[in-house]
Amino acid sequence: MQAAKTTRKVLFDGPEWTFELMEKARDAIEDIALNDLGLEIYPNQIEIISSEQMLDAYSCAGLPLMYQHWSFGKHFVRDDTLYRTGRQGLAYEIVINSNPCISYNMEENTMAMQTLVMAHAAFGHNHFFKNNYLFLQWTDAAGIHDYLAFAKNYISACEERYGLDAVEEILDAAHALQAQGVFRYGRPPQPTAAERQAMQRVRDGYESSQSLLDLWTDSTMRHEGEDSEDEDPQISARQKELNLPQENILYFLEKNSPILRSWQREILRIVRCLAQYLYPQKQTKVMNEGCATFVHYYIINKLHERSQLTQGAYMEMMHSHTNVVLQPEYDDPRYGGINPYALGFAMMMDIRRICQSPTDEDREWFSDFAGDPDWRGVLRHAWANYRDESFIQQFLSPHLIRKFKLFTLTNDAKHPNLLVSQIHNRAGYRDIRRDLAQSYNLAYLEPDIQVTDVDLRGDRELKLTHLVRNGIQLDTVNCEEVLKHARKLWGYGVKMTATNEGDGQNF
Amino acid sequence: MHHFIDRRRNPKGKSLGNRQRFLRRARDNIKERVDRSVRGKTLQQDSGDPNEGEKVTIPAKGLKEPRLAHSATGGLRHHVLPGNKEFVVGDTIPRPQGGAGQGGSKASEDGEGEDEFSFTLSQDEYLEILFDGLELPDLVEKNTFETLTVGTRRAGLTTAGSPNNLNLVRTMRNSLGRRIALQRPTMAAQKEIESQIEELEMKEPLTTKQQKLLQELQARLEAIERKRRVVGYIDPLDLRFDTYVPEKIRNSKAVVFCLMDVSGSMQEREKDLAKRFFLLLHLFLTRGYEQTEIVFIRHTHHAQEVDEEAFFYARETGGTIVSTALEKMKEVIADRYPTDEWNIYGAQASDGENFGNDSQRCKTLLLQDLLPVCQFYAYVEIVDEDADMLLSNAEAGEDLWQAYRQVRNKVQHFEMQRVSLPSHIYPIFREFFLPKIKGAQHAGS
Repeated sequence: MQAAKTTRKVLFDGPEWTFELMEKARDAIEDIALNDLGLEIYPNQIEIISSEQMLDAYSCAGLPLMYQHWSFGKHFVRDDTLYRTGRQGLAYEIVINSNPCISYNMEENTMAMQTLVMAHAAFGHNHFFKNNYLFLQWTDAAGIHDYLAFAKNYISACEERYGLDAVEEILDAAHALQAQGVFRYGRPPQPTAAERQAMQRVRDGYESSQSLLDLWTDSTMRHEGEDSEDEDPQISARQKELNLPQENILYFLEKNSPILRSWQREILRIVRCLAQYLYPQKQTKVMNEGCATFVHYYIINKLHERSQLTQGAYMEMMHSHTNVVLQPEYDDPRYGGINPYALGFAMMMDIRRICQSPTDEDREWFSDFAGDPDWRGVLRHAWANYRDESFIQQFLSPHLIRKFKLFTLTNDAKHPNLLVSQIHNRAGYRDIRRDLAQSYNLAYLEPDIQVTDVDLRGDRELKLTHLVRNGIQLDTVNCEEVLKHARKLWGYGVKMTATNEGDGQNF
Repeated sequence: MHHFIDRRRNPKGKSLGNRQRFLRRARDNIKERVDRSVRGKTLQQDSGDPNEGEKVTIPAKGLKEPRLAHSATGGLRHHVLPGNKEFVVGDTIPRPQGGAGQGGSKASEDGEGEDEFSFTLSQDEYLEILFDGLELPDLVEKNTFETLTVGTRRAGLTTAGSPNNLNLVRTMRNSLGRRIALQRPTMAAQKEIESQIEELEMKEPLTTKQQKLLQELQARLEAIERKRRVVGYIDPLDLRFDTYVPEKIRNSKAVVFCLMDVSGSMQEREKDLAKRFFLLLHLFLTRGYEQTEIVFIRHTHHAQEVDEEAFFYARETGGTIVSTALEKMKEVIADRYPTDEWNIYGAQASDGENFGNDSQRCKTLLLQDLLPVCQFYAYVEIVDEDADMLLSNAEAGEDLWQAYRQVRNKVQHFEMQRVSLPSHIYPIFREFFLPKIKGAQHAGS
């Protein structure tokens, strides 16, 4: 090891990057990432792109291929204007959860930035994508490119066949419900009663064609069906038939809308599959960025220690790193919420500190890993098995709460003033931690709306129920617009009712 | 396993389709703004840089992407904020206006909170929208009209090229010829010998004669195999590629003659209206021709060719003899714009006054000299805002108007209109250039 250290040379000198230098830097990073940190990654595909291509990527959620829709054009135009007028910079990189892991690096980056960005995206994010349980359970990293290609071709074929307007109408409506197009809890949908019957009929058809005793099989089947209907009252029977209540509205419409044609159902399916693919990213912003930032920070320090970086390059990287993890305070004009990079990075560093030099307080709060000699293992375990909400709930330490000087502000519409309900003291740690964790819980951030009932033999009105928590209602203007879209997909009336979480009272 | 890819040279405009869909969606809004923006322009500005885009701001209405979301106010919320300095538990803070804490920052996250939406249209998009549905006049009737087409033309075959241009028929023909010439053994021949060898090998033991035959066959098989290896099925020599060369189909140029009466009766208002009309015509023609030039001719009792500045802003006094301008135009055409090269457009603006019986002379000049060489000639008479009688009655009017009415009855590509307000200009312009079929329908009904 000593011998190796002395023979190592500076990786690069000067700001210009070339593919040879990047190759060299990547190898050096890989050595640390795999052999020191023990990361496990998808093969990397690092692509160099221009600013225009970065804007392209911005407009469609960073995906390398996307179907065409006016809203992406709108986002492009907006970002383009902001960028050109200097009001918004562009990211140094974008990375995609896929196998191979594709990261886009901007051509404007200096060699030092390219190194930093590679450590961050191609190793940090890459490891997170490959190991975090949400990504593993809910996304198919190997299949996403094929699926995107399919979606793009399918939708353009539809446009050709049914016209731009018809496709746009469906996409608009589907986009309006995209956030309601995911399954939040880890349970793949069970086939509905109707689907089961359809499957059954197929099997029956097969069997009866084999058997002369048609009459016999038919009558027994009918008998079974009647039995189950008699058991339940009418409403719960039809709820059961449609697998209600259903939180995934797009899924429900795709399967049950009485008016959609098969290509329209397929488009709904595409939109909701993409929503589902992107859903884990929304749930792991703090962790994902924290992991990547911690990885790049560790790697560049290690490279510097091994004297593979010049002072200048190291300073440039540190400068950029510091900007990224800046957390302005609440009364700072730059304040725009808690910076996921800052919180994530601080928490990762804190976990390492708790492992390496725990205080008595840490031992009390984190008895399971305080003083654990294998801090790398503790971090890898956390990266693999948590999402933002549970991660904060589990790992945010009093030390960090003091460091960030966190406090809870309670905003109750019943009172004219805001109330400071907790500050960073012994009495407040747990509450602050719980409140902060809750503010990363998508189930709380996004309205909880479910399809609760529809009478297909009656007026066919689709009933949606918004479960109101803490008295927070829906934004009415948006809600009305979205319901219009939903009516287009359902073909009949769609009604939204609000129910209070506690007492089940309707509004 | 990793690799680097340089994507910078990938084709640009990946999101072009999205942009077109966006413009299509916002078309009505954009059109309104474009029409409005055309007013504040100068001719020079547009004859300057053709790549210069046009900044447009449209209301965000109709471009909203509604989502189900919590309202920003109401209910009970807990916000965790960093940077506590002096607060202790139990302190109260007056509620800030417009939603507290995180609620406020959410609104503009997606640009949804903004009422207006600015972006830049490219020059092409701008003109496309501005002249939506208009047609160059006499596109069919006059075959002297030349449009510019840059296309590709087949230019024979080459031995190198990109795979998508591979000419399969030629390549395979070459391949076949070469294989025949070099006597490449066919697959069938090889198969036949192989089966013979196999047959012999089955019959163990072999007689000496058979063994000899086997050896001979094996030698032949080897030769065949070697020859098939050496003489490839398709050789790089066989490859033929289609080539295309870009080609410009006829050079097309247009010149617009702007004729204006600048005598004392033409005030700022009249000139402004005229300018708008000239501007539209020029913009419109830039779209159809590779190169457009403008000639400014102003006249009082004598005519002069001037630059734009002098045309619109310089003062001149004198009588009014319209025919001098037409004479001047004729002169300039003869001098600089040979009719076989240039498409000539005339646009004339005046307040309708003319000296004595000069109007008859104008008519003759137009009919005999100018209209035969012009693609289109438009006359705009600028009248007082309160001249309702003139505006509603096309038959009423002074000498010049009457004379021109006779011209219009004889010649298809001569148009005339009266205007009194800036808002008239654009509709009139559209009327001039609406596809002629529509005009025919009007006449028929």
